[in-house]
Amino acid sequence: MKEIYLDNNATTKVDEAVFEEMRPYFCELYGNPSSMHFFGGQVQSKVNEARNRVAELLGALPDEIIFTACGTESDNAAIRSALEVFPDRRHIITSRVEHPAILTQCRNLRQKGYRVTEIGVDGVGRLDMEELKAAVDTDTAVVSLMWANNETGVIFPIEEAATIAKSKGALFHSDAVQAIGKIPINMAPSNIDMLSLSGHKLHAPKGIGVLYVRRGTPFRPLLVGGHQEKSRRAGTENAAAIIALGKACQLAGQFMEDENTIVKAMRDRLQEALMTTVPHARINGGGAERLPNTTSIAFEFVEGEAILLLLSEFGICASSGSACTSGSLEPSHVLRAMGVPFTCAHGSIRFSLSRYTTDAEIDTVIRELPPIIAKLRQMSPFGREHLKGQV
Amino acid sequence: MWDYTPIVKDHFLNPRNVGDIPDADAIGEVGSLACGDALKLYLKLDDNKDKIIDAKFQTFGCASAIASSSALTEMVKGKTLDEALAVSNQDIADFLGGLPEEKMHCSVMGQEALEVAIFKYRGMDIPQHDSEHDHGHAYPDYEGEIVCKCFGITDTFLKKVIETNALTTAEQVTNFTKAGGACGGCIPKIKELIAQVLGEAAAQTRTRPEKLSNMKKMQLIQEVLERDIRPLLWADGGDLELIDIDGAKVQIAFRKACAGCASSGNTARMVELKLRDLVAEDIVVEEVSQ
Ligand SMILES: Cc1ncc(COP(=O)(O)O)c(C=O)c1O
Ligand code: FES
Repeated sequence: MKEIYLDNNATTKVDEAVFEEMRPYFCELYGNPSSMHFFGGQVQSKVNEARNRVAELLGALPDEIIFTACGTESDNAAIRSALEVFPDRRHIITSRVEHPAILTQCRNLRQKGYRVTEIGVDGVGRLDMEELKAAVDTDTAVVSLMWANNETGVIFPIEEAATIAKSKGALFHSDAVQAIGKIPINMAPSNIDMLSLSGHKLHAPKGIGVLYVRRGTPFRPLLVGGHQEKSRRAGTENAAAIIALGKACQLAGQFMEDENTIVKAMRDRLQEALMTTVPHARINGGGAERLPNTTSIAFEFVEGEAILLLLSEFGICASSGSACTSGSLEPSHVLRAMGVPFTCAHGSIRFSLSRYTTDAEIDTVIRELPPIIAKLRQMSPFGREHLKGQV
Repeated sequence: MWDYTPIVKDHFLNPRNVGDIPDADAIGEVGSLACGDALKLYLKLDDNKDKIIDAKFQTFGCASAIASSSALTEMVKGKTLDEALAVSNQDIADFLGGLPEEKMHCSVMGQEALEVAIFKYRGMDIPQHDSEHDHGHAYPDYEGEIVCKCFGITDTFLKKVIETNALTTAEQVTNFTKAGGACGGCIPKIKELIAQVLGEAAAQTRTRPEKLSNMKKMQLIQEVLERDIRPLLWADGGDLELIDIDGAKVQIAFRKACAGCASSGNTARMVELKLRDLVAEDIVVEEVSQ
C-alpha cells in the first residue's frame, strides 16, 4: 500500500536531492573536518558551504549558526546557556503550549528552585500578550516561546514578544522548529537572541539541528570538549547531516512561495471539505494566523486513535491530539491550554502537508474520512445520543 | 504505533455486536467522554433469566477499547450470569491474544461494565458518589475514598485491580486503571495501596518456620526477598540484590533508586525485620556496595 503522508509536522521525507548531496560523505569523503590534511579539508569546505546556506535561509550570519544533534538539543542548550549567563536571574518565561523539549526542561528547572511562568493562550491558541508583558521583570533570565505550534500550526507574534523580553534585559529564545521552511524568517533586523531548528522537519535527515545565536549574545555551551563550532558545541561534526541540512535549507528557500500558495491551497481545500461534510467538527486554532501546511480538526464524540487506525487502512498517515496514541492518558496539553472541551480534544486529528502532497491524496482523504467518522459515531454511545440521525 | 495482535485488529476493524438491545434485561455503563473512553453494555437473558442469550455494546474509545468490548460480548453470550461474573479483565485480554500493557485499562473497563450490568440487574445497591473532579468518573460504581481525583477512582477499586492482576508498580496501576496518568498527584497514595495489598497477601500466608536446615534457610531468604521485599522497593523505583548468605549474615546491595538513597539504612533495617519475621530470629542484614 502506498502511503499518503500527511504527518509532516512529525517528520518529513528526505528530499532526493538532499540525499544525493550527503551520500559521498559516508564511504568516500569521510574525513574529519577538523583534520589538517586535504582529505578533511574537503569536508570542512562543504560544511562551511552548508553553514552559509542555513544562514541564508534565516537571514543570519554564518558564525551565528551552531550545528547540534536535534531540535531538542538546541532548545535545551538555549535555556541552559541563558541561566548560566545570568546566574542572578531566577525566572524563566515560556508558554503552556510549547513542545516538551522546552516544557519538560522548564518544569525540571522549577523543581530546582527556578521561578517558571507559563503564559496562557486563548481559545484559538493565540498567546496572551498582556500576560507576557506583566510577567517579564528584571529577574527574568530568558523568555522562550515557540514560533509556530506543532499541533495546531498557530503562529505567535514572535518579534513583538522578543521586544517585550528585551525591554527588561532578558534573553529571548524561539523554538522555530515548525516555522523554518514554512514561513519566511529574517533574523537580521530581529530582536531574537537564540532560535532552534531541526533538520528532519524540512526534508533533511533526523538527528541534525541548529541553534542560532546572535553575534554578541553571550553563550555558554551545553557540551564541552573539543573546539568544534568555535567551542560552542563540542563533538565531531555530523558532516554528512550538516551538508544535507545545508541543501535542505537551500531548497526550502526555493519552495517557500509554493509552500504558501500550492500547499496552503490544498490544506484549505481539505479542511473546508471536511467541515462541510462532517457535522460536529471544528478547526482547532481556526481563527488564528497559522502555518500554511497544518490543520487540526476536532471530531466530536469519537476517539482519535480509532480514527487514525481506520485512516491507516487506506494508507493515510496523520496524527492525533488524543491521549491514547501518545501513551499518556490525557489529551494534548496544547488543546487543553486552548480550553478545547474534552469531547473534542479526544477526537482531534492533525493533518500536516508538504510540497510532496498531491491533490489526488487530498481527494482520497476527503472521500474516506467522513464515513470513518460516521462509523465510529454509530458505535459511540455519545455519538448516538447527541447526533440522532445526523451522523 | 501500538503493537496490536491480529485478533485485536480484527475485533477493531470488524467489531461484533455493535448496537443496543431495546428490551435489554441488564445495562452496564462505565466511563465518560471526558475520560476518553466509555462503554455501554446491553445484555438479554433467556426466559429463565439466567443465561445471557444476546449481548451488544456501544463504545467510545481507542482501538483496544472497541476490541475489548467486542470480545467481551462474544465471550459472555451463552454464559449464565454467574459464569459471566467469573470473567476477569485478564480473560478479555487473553481472548484478544494479549493487549499492550498501557492498554490494559481497556480490558478493565470491559469487565467493569459487565459487573455493573449484572449487579444492577440483581438489584444490588451500587452507590453513585458525586464527583467534583475534573474529568467525570471512570468507574462510578465502587464505594470508597477517591484516590485519583483526575479520573475519579476509589481505593476499593484500585485495591481490587492490584490484587486480581498482581500488580507491583504504580506504573502498572496506571496502565490498568488510568489512575495516576494525568496530574500524577495520586501516585504516592497508589504506592501505599500496593504496599498494603502486598503486605496483606504476605501476612496472610506465612509465619516463621520452627527449625531450618542451612539449605532451606538460604532458599527461604531468597524467596522472601523475591516475594515480599523487592516488589515493595519496585513500587518506589528501587531494587536490591542478594550478594551473599553466610550463616545468619545476609549481605545485600541496593540498586536503582535505592542505591545512594539517604534512607537506605532504614530500608536495610526493614529487610532485616522482615527476614527475622519470616525466616529466623537471628538474621543480620548487612548493606554492601557492589
Ligand atoms: C516545536 C518543536 N520543537 C522541538 C522539536 C524537537 O525536535 P527534534 O525531534 O529534532 O529533537 C519538535 C519536533 O517534534 C517540535 O515540533
Ligand atoms: S489525581 Fe490521579 S492522576 Fe491526578
